[in-house]
Amino acid sequence: MTNLRAEGVSLGYDGLRVIENLDLTLPDGKITAVVGPNACGKSTLLRGLARLHPLDGGRITLGGADITQMPRKELARKIGMLPQSSIAPDGVRVAELVSRGRYPHQGWFGRHSSDDDAVVTTALESTGVAELADRPVAELSGGQRQRVWIAMVLAQQTDIVLLDEPTTFLDVRHQLDLLDLLTELNRNQGTTVAMVLHELNLAARYADHLVVMSAGRIVAEGLPSDVLTREVVDEAFGLRAQVVPDPVAGSPLVVPVGRYHSK
Amino acid sequence: MSAPAPATPTRVTDTTVTTVADLRTLRRRRQALVVSGMVLVVLVAGTAALLMGAAGLTPGQAISGVFGLGDKGDVFVVQKLRLPRIEAAVVVGVAFGLAGALFQSTLRNPLASPDILGISTGASLGAVIGVLVLGLSGMALSGLAFAGAGVVALAIWLLAWRKGLHSIRFVLVGVGFAYLGSSLIAWAMARSQEHEAAAVLIWTVGSVSDVRGEQLTLVAAGTLVLCAAAAVVSRTQGPLALGDDNARALGVHVDAARVGALLLAVALVALATSAAGPIAFVALVAPAIARRLVNDGGAALVASAATGAALTLAADVIAQHGLLGVAAPVGIVTGLVGAPYLLWLLATTEKRSR
Repeated sequence: MTNLRAEGVSLGYDGLRVIENLDLTLPDGKITAVVGPNACGKSTLLRGLARLHPLDGGRITLGGADITQMPRKELARKIGMLPQSSIAPDGVRVAELVSRGRYPHQGWFGRHSSDDDAVVTTALESTGVAELADRPVAELSGGQRQRVWIAMVLAQQTDIVLLDEPTTFLDVRHQLDLLDLLTELNRNQGTTVAMVLHELNLAARYADHLVVMSAGRIVAEGLPSDVLTREVVDEAFGLRAQVVPDPVAGSPLVVPVGRYHSK
Repeated sequence: MSAPAPATPTRVTDTTVTTVADLRTLRRRRQALVVSGMVLVVLVAGTAALLMGAAGLTPGQAISGVFGLGDKGDVFVVQKLRLPRIEAAVVVGVAFGLAGALFQSTLRNPLASPDILGISTGASLGAVIGVLVLGLSGMALSGLAFAGAGVVALAIWLLAWRKGLHSIRFVLVGVGFAYLGSSLIAWAMARSQEHEAAAVLIWTVGSVSDVRGEQLTLVAAGTLVLCAAAAVVSRTQGPLALGDDNARALGVHVDAARVGALLLAVALVALATSAAGPIAFVALVAPAIARRLVNDGGAALVASAATGAALTLAADVIAQHGLLGVAAPVGIVTGLVGAPYLLWLLATTEKRSR
């Protein structure tokens, strides 16, 4: 299988270790959500998995092969990654931005072929932005823009898609909208999705596999209903909370206690 | 935006495929249109430059002179004086326009240009030292100007490199060098004799009036080679414009691509300034104009090169024929046009898209 796996990985910035000797396997064809308090290293881990951040130790393997040994373009045909808050260049239109996702599939003098057009169109349609194809990206709303960026990653046609806080800056409705979209992608095409999320309860609802991190290590991982307990929330976030079943989805719902307002 | 209907991603409607293809064709057509427009400006300005001048040639004499026909004196005027100057303006304009576009797209900063970054200033300084200290002229002087640009670029590089090239640091360090270079030039000129200072002026303003013969061939050939290399590099400009992380995720070797593009840009500037001096603002303004006209979020490399040629040649026609009241080096006209444009650009580049 094409499991993406971190083996004894250490990551950091200028000598400052953020993650030490971490092991993680992204289950194939599932949605994995990584949650944790600020600065716990979750984004760094995701960047490491996508080879956007150099490793200080250990290795990342894809189907058993070390990803640092792979040509970058080849890797870009297997792993797609949407970094945090991407900025579109001035004047660029939706179809053109999404077309840039075809880069790893084109040669040195690569021109867009009709195959590329078909892939771009599929990406536009499955993210619901086909009608916006000729609009400048700058004119779109936050929710639309994020869909366009996801369309660009989809145009890369990878089996694995990583997303770093894709719902940040979106209101609740558009957060759900986007997570539904990723669920469709996962269910319809079997794409392995892994994302860093801030919103615990949405992560618990949408993830098949939940990874809770704190201070550079994994506190717990597994099925959200197994993982997200009072003890784990307290350990990872230092937060007193009650965990009840989500009345809609049945997944764990974290209700923080705080210092006031208790009955 | 309504919630998505449960998507069936295999549904690829033919109409949208055409739309994507149509949009692509439209984009190409727009680029071609801008380039054609600029070529037209070059042709018009070039014809004007051929016909105008003190020798008082009729249009017929001038045209036949281009093909080496007619009176020997006329042929000399056309082939040895007027044509080289036109060719020089075009070649140098292409080099500056393309270099500016490469700088700006690679550093993702519309102000990044060899003028602002001090690379042109380095060329001027090299030439000023060559004239005032070493008493050089001709090719040796051009060589020193080339070296001056190279040295400044290298120095910016060394100071700006921190485990990779950070755009804003590169620009800021470059601005520092620009000031340093200008101060040194002013100091050298203040110490020089009056007639020397006049000889040096051309190297601080930029002029295409003395680029001809072997040197013109050399610069033209070099620019052509660098343009071809830029065509290869241009593939990575689209992903690079999306930011380092996105570019890496798309499979671009970000540092290598950036270093390659900047090396090309520096070589283009060094080559052009070694022949014509730092023609002010062409490298800054031409890509900005080209990008506004093409307006597709791309680097507009070809359009920038064409715009650079059109701008330089048109400015030289204005400069040469004293439309400012006195015959002046082309750099003064481009400066007069460029400086207000820069101010306008500074005033209107607030809107950024996420």
